[in-house]
Amino acid sequence: MCGIVGLFLKNEALQGDLGRLTGVMLRELCDRGPDSAGFAVYGDGCKGITKICVVNCDGSTDWSDVAKRLSAVIHAEVAVEEIDDHAILRTTGSGEVARKWLIDTVATAYVLSQGQEIEIFKGVGSPAAIIERLNLEMRTGTHSIGHTRMATESAVTITGSHPFSTGDDTCLVHNGSLSNHNRLREQLVRGGERFQTENDSEVAAAYLASRMRAGDTLQQALENGLKDLDGFYTFLVGTREGFAVIRDPIACKPAVIAETVDWVAMATEYRAIAPLPGVEHARIWEPAPATVYAWSHAA
Amino acid sequence: MTQISSDRRLSHNSVLDLMEMSLREVNQLLHDTRDGDFLIRNPRGAHALACGLDGDLNVTIEGHVGYYCAGMNKQAHVKVVGNAGTGVAENMMSGVVHVTGDASQSAGATGCGGLLVIEGNASARCGIALRGLDIVVKGSVGHMSAFMAQAGRLVVLGEAGDGLGDSLYEAQLFVRGSVRSLGSDCAEKELRDEHRAALRTLLDAAGVGGIDVAEFRRYGSARKLYHFQVDNAGKY
Repeated sequence: MCGIVGLFLKNEALQGDLGRLTGVMLRELCDRGPDSAGFAVYGDGCKGITKICVVNCDGSTDWSDVAKRLSAVIHAEVAVEEIDDHAILRTTGSGEVARKWLIDTVATAYVLSQGQEIEIFKGVGSPAAIIERLNLEMRTGTHSIGHTRMATESAVTITGSHPFSTGDDTCLVHNGSLSNHNRLREQLVRGGERFQTENDSEVAAAYLASRMRAGDTLQQALENGLKDLDGFYTFLVGTREGFAVIRDPIACKPAVIAETVDWVAMATEYRAIAPLPGVEHARIWEPAPATVYAWSHAA
Repeated sequence: MTQISSDRRLSHNSVLDLMEMSLREVNQLLHDTRDGDFLIRNPRGAHALACGLDGDLNVTIEGHVGYYCAGMNKQAHVKVVGNAGTGVAENMMSGVVHVTGDASQSAGATGCGGLLVIEGNASARCGIALRGLDIVVKGSVGHMSAFMAQAGRLVVLGEAGDGLGDSLYEAQLFVRGSVRSLGSDCAEKELRDEHRAALRTLLDAAGVGGIDVAEFRRYGSARKLYHFQVDNAGKY
């Protein structure tokens, strides 16, 4: 099962409503994934400042203390914003180095994302409660990705919740399951990728991030994924500029896309798109198997 | 043959609004009624809408529906003015289901009888395990359509995706456009006069005019797969 939603705003006037609309979409898919939920919101970034999203996963973490120690490691100021059990660390230092240090050093924390624009939040339990607790509806930005999870391949924990992010400003949500993720994880680890879970979807996220680090565009990375990722999937992949949708060649896992002059919306089921403003004028279609659909603010 | 009724006057004296009634209330009301005309508003992608109808009902749904709309339909005439999600008219027994937009995967799956008309495209697995239903798709169908179809007909005015009619039994397939590939044990067969006549009748029933039935190609089972052949014993 699992439910996926994504909203890419073409009309800047809607940016203040991004979180609210994403919340409306995600609530519709609560019963597809009642055990956990998460979302990535892109926006409110400042050039030169990296946001690192972290969450408590084992006991409690003194974020001010973590920021102080991290600051000494990356030789840059680290500001802390606490949001319930999450924190956003902001710094002019290296996000990559900070992510590795946090994973290696802070055992009570789980690193959700790092990048200029991306912020990821996730939790275990009712998606509706997670949306409220983490204030999704107050968030603003350019595009968002959300997921409600019904676990199949790994445990119901905060670390198993989607979206998964291993690369700068990129993330992935997945409906389906991969069958060759263990072998692929070994190969990616040998190539230097850093994993935090046993989850198959994190392998897909790391695979795409690694391809893009090696020079692939998002489109090329997804097309290579058709050869290298064995299993069934609908992926929604976020980048700093936009997002892309791909379904495996057999297309077992549902997906629907709608586009208006103001927005592009993707969801597992149409009912998540139905409440969006202007949907009566949307072009609506089912993405074809093994085909990349991408939207970008950069283009 | 059951037909799409263009001349049947719809009074729509019963309007059921899903913004005011629950899905369960709407379906229960339709189950409790043996005949009449109904207009359903604001489906907003709801699942299992107008399922299990059994009566001389005329139901028009204004908007896009979710999964399994008009599943198990008997006698009723259900029209969706919009798109339909997975499994529209699955296992329908009789009557007519008419979708004016596109249908998602597994449209008409395991359908036993009646007529399903899709004016747009149908995606993967259209008519999977068909058992007697007639399906007419004005657009194209996706991959693995008519997989293991046993009886009934699938008529496609557009194109068919990969693996058409894989492991086919005795359903008849007619495609006007190109077929990306045929599935195992599906073969092209001669389109004879009796097929052209039957096709004409079916297209008329589906309200499709202006099409030259000679433009279709017929596909059916090569009948090499569905009986066990002892020569193949070593392959298992």
